[in-house]
Amino acid sequence: MSEPRIGVYVCHCGSNIAGIVDVEEVTKFAQGLEGVIVARDYKFMCSDPGQEIIKKDIQELGLNRIVVASCSPTLHEATFRRVCQEAGINPYLFEMANIREHCSWVTEDKEKATEKAKALVSAAVRRVIYQEPLETREVPVNPNTLVVGGGIAGVQAALKIADSGHKVYLVERSPSIGGHMAQLDKTFPTLDCSACILTPKMSLVGSHPYIELMTYSEVEEVSGYVGSFKVKIRKKARYVDEDKCTGCGICQTKCPFKVDSEFEVGMGKRKAIYTPFPQAVPNIPVIDREHCAYFLKGTCRACEKFCEVKAIDFEQVDKVVEIEVGAIIVATGFNLFDPTPIYQYGYKRLDNVITSLEFERLVNSAGPTGGNIVLKDGSTPRSIAIIHCVGSRDKNYHEYCSNVCCMYSLKFSHLIKEKTDAKIYQLYIDMRCFGKGYEEFYDRLSEEGVYFIRGKVSEVTDQITSEEGKLTILAEDTLLDSVIKLPVDMVILSCGLEPQLDADKVTRLFNISRSADGFFLERHPKLDPVATMNDGIFVAGCCQGPKDIPHAVAQASAAAAEALAMISRGKVEIEAATAVVNEELCSGCRICNALCPYNAIDFDEEKKVSRINEAVCKGCGVCVAACPSSAITGKHFTTKQIVAEIEGVLV
Amino acid sequence: MNFEPKILGILCKWCSYAGADLCGTSRKKYPPNIRIVRVMCSGRVEPTFILKAFEKGADGVLICGCHPGDCHYAEGNYKTVRRFPLLKKMLSQLGIEDERVRLEWVSASEGERFASIVSEMTEQIRRLGPFSRNNGGGNG
Repeated sequence: MSEPRIGVYVCHCGSNIAGIVDVEEVTKFAQGLEGVIVARDYKFMCSDPGQEIIKKDIQELGLNRIVVASCSPTLHEATFRRVCQEAGINPYLFEMANIREHCSWVTEDKEKATEKAKALVSAAVRRVIYQEPLETREVPVNPNTLVVGGGIAGVQAALKIADSGHKVYLVERSPSIGGHMAQLDKTFPTLDCSACILTPKMSLVGSHPYIELMTYSEVEEVSGYVGSFKVKIRKKARYVDEDKCTGCGICQTKCPFKVDSEFEVGMGKRKAIYTPFPQAVPNIPVIDREHCAYFLKGTCRACEKFCEVKAIDFEQVDKVVEIEVGAIIVATGFNLFDPTPIYQYGYKRLDNVITSLEFERLVNSAGPTGGNIVLKDGSTPRSIAIIHCVGSRDKNYHEYCSNVCCMYSLKFSHLIKEKTDAKIYQLYIDMRCFGKGYEEFYDRLSEEGVYFIRGKVSEVTDQITSEEGKLTILAEDTLLDSVIKLPVDMVILSCGLEPQLDADKVTRLFNISRSADGFFLERHPKLDPVATMNDGIFVAGCCQGPKDIPHAVAQASAAAAEALAMISRGKVEIEAATAVVNEELCSGCRICNALCPYNAIDFDEEKKVSRINEAVCKGCGVCVAACPSSAITGKHFTTKQIVAEIEGVLV
Repeated sequence: MNFEPKILGILCKWCSYAGADLCGTSRKKYPPNIRIVRVMCSGRVEPTFILKAFEKGADGVLICGCHPGDCHYAEGNYKTVRRFPLLKKMLSQLGIEDERVRLEWVSASEGERFASIVSEMTEQIRRLGPFSRNNGGGNG
């Protein structure tokens, strides 16, 4: 190892660091550390001029190791590694001290923050002395992509990639793609019909030569790494032969059993053999085992009798298929908040209190009432209240804003106005009309004669009798500073969007994280909004956070672009920090063999030593810590490096 | 005398380090007594690290990893779970008080949890007093 010649660069990050940490003092301190040739501070180290300072010093002062004290390595480690590489130093001879996220942003006392920053810099300097040059590894990228979730985001991502001539596997757990968007009536603010813009895309997916559509299927296992993931997908038994079925629909007509339709959110019925909705893609029904008379009682088989092409197959079983892909786009969508726990709003307790999704079906001309807005008794409501922020912006449920409710509530007003003469009351906290054309839509609705009442509803009750309506809303009008009682016939609860109920399972499956609100966590909220902490896995649509259709589509296109960028490059760089066995020290005890979560360690029977397959090793270091002979080195996280860092941080 | 404990934090890169980052991004304040070192996985933690820390002046060590089941490396933190009691046993034989070493799970979204763990542990160690490198283990 050549004599260390270290350059230390302390970033002000504007006032983000320099406002709390005395950067000059930290720089002076760094100057005095062993091996440090130069220490400087600068406004923004990550900027071009900042990077130039490092490059110039490397060349002019012959530096061979670099420490930057700035933000989290998650943000700029890659940036500064590249700077080192461009100036001729191996990128692994760079170390970062996180004096922003772990210091200036979390410490109030300036003096203590400065002390802490010094400790972090000292740790990085001591560590970098022991760092060794490593070669980044490149692995080939499998040109196939997996898209999980067939809502608008998944559909968009799949089409974008497939249109470039690369294969896409689109996996959807329900019998048809389309997602929530297929349930909507019109879309704000343009009021174009949801089905009219969605169904053409759905049929494109169904017939696309580069898309292999797997509906009624779920991802069961994901292994491998960026560029070459292996994915196991369970294709649930449909009990209908997909190759034979023509989608004529006779089976659905003949099936004698009706159950509540999931697609109609309980407002309509479907048969035990069904496609969720008439424009389903694929147009192949499934038999719902739990309600099919044959599966329950052993008799019926009406569908089988009438199927001309003999597509019904009661013997079908689940199939597990294994595919290989280079990138994965997770677009698993959202769940609509269930307002039942908000007892005072009366959902499921009082007639004519419905959720926004139920209203979407009610107003939809393809819905259970043919688009007629009617009360439970069949009559037309004379007044309707729309309660905003149900389950959103509420510390008891979800603190976040669901983004779309203000806008769809406005849309509802317009649709109600189109079809009835009902008085409409919007009970809102704040109107949030942030998108293109949204504020204009709000203005238009204000002029259409909708009543806007600013205030949170305390109760919906049927205990106050009135001629005007059977339900009464008790609320506070915060603009008039008075309590109001509002008799209405129908109440629509504008429910928020929440993470899918099994989001937790999905994070484990794909090894991604969730933010505090429960939605999937992107790598960086602004600059890396579709990548995740797991390389090669991207997120799109509402699974990452509540958003409207335009944003979901834009995000899906972005995720597709990320996947395509990987495919077009054909290879990806992966972490060089793997583990290696020193065969001379290895006693052949094989403790490490069983510990490795990736089965990357083989045993050489001839030499009686363990050997690590670096292509499979991900560098977790579990084996390093376990080796009783200290024969395994975790590259870039060697015991020497970590101990040096510990010593440095405790100065 | 005002005793300011020194606490070493060893955090896994994927969940806990990211959680501490989030804590910063959300500007949640916690005592500056903790100094964080990053490892790839809590399963990388060797007893040497902890002993070295106490030798070099730490009054406490906080190890944080992904929640069980959430490990970036599938099951690295399960190894940590199995090793931790052994580590504790060894530390007690060396006369290092139980409260000085903690294992906590902090996910990438639990910035606030990280702050409260650090605050609580700092107070605990403050009450416990400085770690004496001569109390037990013979020559200390």
